[in-house]
Amino acid sequence: MVDALRPALESALLSAGALAVAAVLVIALVLLVGHDPREIATTLARSAFGSRFAWENTLSRAAPLMLAALCTAIPAHAGLVVIGGEGALVLGGLAASQAALFVADVPPFAAIAITCAAGMLVGAAWIGLVGALQQARGVNEVISSLLLSIIALGLFDWLLEEFLRDPASLNYPATRPIPDAARIGALPGLDVHAGLAVALVACVAAWWVLRRSVTGFAIRVVGGGVRAALGVGLPVGRLVVATCVAGGACVGLAGAIEVAAVHERAGGALHADYGNTGILVAFLARHHPLAIVPAALLVGGLAAASGPLQRGFDLPDAFVRIVEGVVFLAVIASETLRGRLLPPAAR
Amino acid sequence: MTSAGLDPPPRVEARGLARRFGPVIALDAADLDVRPGSVHALLGENGAGKSTLAKCLVGALAADRGRIVVDGRDVTLRHPRDAHALGLGMVWQHFSLVPCLTVLENLVLARPDAPRWIDWRHERAALDAFLEDVPLRIDPGARVADLAAGEKQRVEVVRQLRLGHRVLFLDEPTSVLTPQEADALLGRLRALADAGRISVVLTTHKLDEVIAHATHVTVLRRGRVVADAPLDRTIDAATLATWMVGHAPPSVARPAPRDARQPARLSIRALRVARAAGGPPVAIDALDVHAGEIVGVAGVSGNGQRELVEALCGQRSVDQGAIDVDARPWRADRASMRAARFGCVPESPLANATAPDMALADNLVLRVFDRAPIASRTGRVRRDALRASAQALAARFAVQSGALGRAIATLSGGNVQRAVLGRELVDDTRLLVAVNPAFGLDVGAAADVRRRLVELRATGCAVLLVSEDLDELITLSDRIVVMFEGRVVLSTLGVEADRQALGLAMAGHSAIASARADN
Repeated sequence: MVDALRPALESALLSAGALAVAAVLVIALVLLVGHDPREIATTLARSAFGSRFAWENTLSRAAPLMLAALCTAIPAHAGLVVIGGEGALVLGGLAASQAALFVADVPPFAAIAITCAAGMLVGAAWIGLVGALQQARGVNEVISSLLLSIIALGLFDWLLEEFLRDPASLNYPATRPIPDAARIGALPGLDVHAGLAVALVACVAAWWVLRRSVTGFAIRVVGGGVRAALGVGLPVGRLVVATCVAGGACVGLAGAIEVAAVHERAGGALHADYGNTGILVAFLARHHPLAIVPAALLVGGLAAASGPLQRGFDLPDAFVRIVEGVVFLAVIASETLRGRLLPPAAR
Repeated sequence: MTSAGLDPPPRVEARGLARRFGPVIALDAADLDVRPGSVHALLGENGAGKSTLAKCLVGALAADRGRIVVDGRDVTLRHPRDAHALGLGMVWQHFSLVPCLTVLENLVLARPDAPRWIDWRHERAALDAFLEDVPLRIDPGARVADLAAGEKQRVEVVRQLRLGHRVLFLDEPTSVLTPQEADALLGRLRALADAGRISVVLTTHKLDEVIAHATHVTVLRRGRVVADAPLDRTIDAATLATWMVGHAPPSVARPAPRDARQPARLSIRALRVARAAGGPPVAIDALDVHAGEIVGVAGVSGNGQRELVEALCGQRSVDQGAIDVDARPWRADRASMRAARFGCVPESPLANATAPDMALADNLVLRVFDRAPIASRTGRVRRDALRASAQALAARFAVQSGALGRAIATLSGGNVQRAVLGRELVDDTRLLVAVNPAFGLDVGAAADVRRRLVELRATGCAVLLVSEDLDELITLSDRIVVMFEGRVVLSTLGVEADRQALGLAMAGHSAIASARADN
């Protein structure tokens, strides 16, 4: 076997194996609560991928998941575990909703660009802070990104309630609706918003930069061996912060797209856990920017099936979250088998 | 618990022991006979199989084939516990003491039969009584973290004796000791052995140690026993060296003294760098390395050499003082490194100079990947050019061919060392910091590395050579400085270097050292 292909194949096998183990565990859980796993599986598959509508539903959910996953996957190449995408997503969405209010008279394309840029800027600043804290003060990025995310969610609620709430939104606190110019429409011939195309482009771009470009090579050296990176004079601090800024921009963009394409305002619905589920997608894809696409489809499909599963089988709301959690544990646990599944050709 | 002095040590024999690691035969049908009361040296280069043999005999590693016979009985050693029951134990190359505990606490901790409630007064009395009988001085109340390397080694040996072990295996015991400490330790072990109380098995590649302290020697080469003999006058260092490498070892000609004084390329003034493990900071008042000069840094490891090297390589921040390269403040960023044509071979290169999970090829091009021909004008990495560059660099020090696509962490230590050397010792290197550059290499490759250092020096490269191998330093260096507790305590010309004086300075005998430094 070609040595260079070995790690990629091993990653694929590990992910597939983890999914299989998770499936077995979920089947056991389903049996435990007294349902027929086959029926559940059929419903799940049908409502995730079984029809045109199901596909459109899944794809609409996969788009923000891809962008949110990049918030974890890009810094991961520099050796960071960033898990604070949710907070940056809602703040990005809030920023976009406010920027959009100023662009009512701007041509639509520019209006959308400005709206999205506002979301990206805020997301980039928020996650960039995580990288800066790590580089400047040695603050552990897992902890800081998690806590900053909690702060961001609190900030979002406070700003919304105190300053930005649309007086017309009574039961459901939200900002004023964004003008038509800033709204993102559907892809031609599909009932899926154009954010999907943006997310796909972002994944491909991240892949090219991280896996093909000179900058990406430097980033992977930092992630692979920070002491070696310092020893050959690479600007470690700048590269680490740059990956965080890029990841934050992606997740901020996800928030902006949710506002501009789905909700048309920023409200509690923005806090729909895409940021957290994106972590699962990134780990399932083992941080490979292209593998994020199928991983997001899979997880997006699971989310799309959540409603039909609840209605059809009287399952609790938490069922899909439990499935996600089981998949996540299986993926993380499978990482301990790396290097043993396909041992490298001996020395 | 037995005390040192009751039963004589058992006779330990290995018959046809074999062990492979994947396709590599580490040990190939090796025989060994350790007679009671002997000091038995296992001599060989790195990778000759001596540590593998020792590990098999203390149950730390299972042999694939062969027999282990203790006092005439066949035994199976699946675990160090099994070896312990027979009175066999190993003192490892790296200390296995808990630094924040006292010596006494460490010794009690090591007992497999440590009681649930410990009567410390009783333990202390028992240890004191035990130590009266053993010619190894240790302070039971001292914290291990405060001990020098030689003292820690003594504690490790006492621990083995306290455990009732009669056959002590020591894996490269003197690698962290000054020459005097090493002599003292081995001398005491020899005395215990001569009294018939213990047997000692010593893995080493140092010929002097074997001649001075061993009663028997078994020489291994590529996993095979090539010689086995009692030490007598007919065996001298040259004989041992020939056995060890299979031919007379290649020698590196001492560089001719430089004629005119070149300008200082590297200049350190009033440098203060915090230490990794606490302790006194590195404090160097003045150290210069000139073009065309090799400055050797001697010292027992852990006396600030690592922090000095890290500061030079941009891996540790400088608290105070100045590092100047070519009379400009040294920033250790990519542009300055390139301008100064800087190279650095740190200790433990896998951890300090590679991205372990990246491919060997990627690791070989860390200094050049962002330039043509590897970097395209659009900022893309050209894989074909990368591979070609990597191939050329790998060839310089004969890194295993065909491994370019494999993660460098899967290569042997020697291959990693050669890969980093190939990357850092390029022809146009003009400022080099190298730590134990020949570590882990066979004699031929080591000589090759030393020859390259001399060649670089001849072309005007300034070399700071940090080494634990005094012979290497004395052979190669124009000047040698000794570091002790973060300071330079002795500075001497290479041609005038005296092992005795260097050794004393390494041990911190600063009265003598400073008197010398004043000269």
